[in-house]
Amino acid sequence: MQRYDLIIETVLLAGKIMIENGADMARVDDTLKRIARNSGIEQPKIFETTTGILMSIPEKRSSQVEPIQKRTIDLEKVSLVNQNSRAYQAGKITLKELHDNLIKLNISTPFFSFWLQLLAAVVVSCTLLLMYGGKWQDLLATAIASGLGYSCYYFINNHLRIRFVSEFLGSFLIGLTAVLAVRYSWGYEVNMITIGGVMPLVPGVPITNAVRDIFAGHLLSGSARALEAFLSACAIAMGIAFVFRFM
Amino acid sequence: MTYLLMQIICCYLATLGFGIIVNIPHRALNACGWVGVLGWLTFLGLRTINAGTILSNLLAALMIGLSSMVMAQKLKMPMILFNIPSLVPLVPGGQAYNAVRSFAFGHDLQGIDYLVQVLMIAGSIAMGFFIAELVARAYFKTVLK
Repeated sequence: MQRYDLIIETVLLAGKIMIENGADMARVDDTLKRIARNSGIEQPKIFETTTGILMSIPEKRSSQVEPIQKRTIDLEKVSLVNQNSRAYQAGKITLKELHDNLIKLNISTPFFSFWLQLLAAVVVSCTLLLMYGGKWQDLLATAIASGLGYSCYYFINNHLRIRFVSEFLGSFLIGLTAVLAVRYSWGYEVNMITIGGVMPLVPGVPITNAVRDIFAGHLLSGSARALEAFLSACAIAMGIAFVFRFM
Repeated sequence: MTYLLMQIICCYLATLGFGIIVNIPHRALNACGWVGVLGWLTFLGLRTINAGTILSNLLAALMIGLSSMVMAQKLKMPMILFNIPSLVPLVPGGQAYNAVRSFAFGHDLQGIDYLVQVLMIAGSIAMGFFIAELVARAYFKTVLK
């Protein structure tokens, strides 16, 4: 009895970590079934969506639910869960160790520091500006716009935890900086500065996952993620539109 | 030549930067940058020979899908780690921006025109990934069994 409880708990925990941090459903499905099969369950029944996981073991007549409330993006955790499940399959660690590892990695996986992320956002904006054929003279304005926008986005996401408002205010700041920079002749093209600046806010993970989920047959998760990506894109667009309307 | 070199360096850095934003493991960063460069070069090459936006995006996405599959096999990591950051340069940001701008200034017809372009490009990228997935499935069914 104990063992079955531990199996279900481990599988649900692994699934929860993966879905919370932005894995695609086909990968989650594969990993969870693999953990269950390697624990000696022939026919695990697992149903997962972006908002919850259900699992039952047929011969035990009982099932468990794991709701998933928050969704962030941290692909390192996804990769670590994947590594642990591979190690478990190869027989390098026991079920108990797998369970403990999962708990440990869920609290203590290092994230890149804020300053490094800010630098990364600025680099993304500036390089994309050049790739899309922007002028060298606009680099400084783009860097400032992108830095301000990304800091605002990061702060709201991490401290106030309001989705979509963070994208809206971030892109609003970017647009505002671009318009002001051009007005005081620090930059030349509002369009290119804004496009470059907004790029780090693009919802890349939901877009990619939506496509993959839908093609893999997880229609429920796919459309939920497509909606999420669409809302993020709309929030960004609204921020930019506000700048045009009132400046 | 300088133009090409600049594009390669910029694309590598952009992909790496987005990789850091979504926190992919350190081990995957370098491989991820090269997948991005490969995809963007495919796009640029096809655009220079006037293959059209849709076809260039589709084939670039296919390229990204296939090369990230190879990298995922090699480094034993999930495929999305390589997919997501490499996709970013292909995102139709310019068209989306123009659509928003047109709507904000009341040029609705022009806005719809741009919006249709955005949807077509997004669809073609999705199709590219889909074909890559098909190739992957066919490969795993025939070669590994």
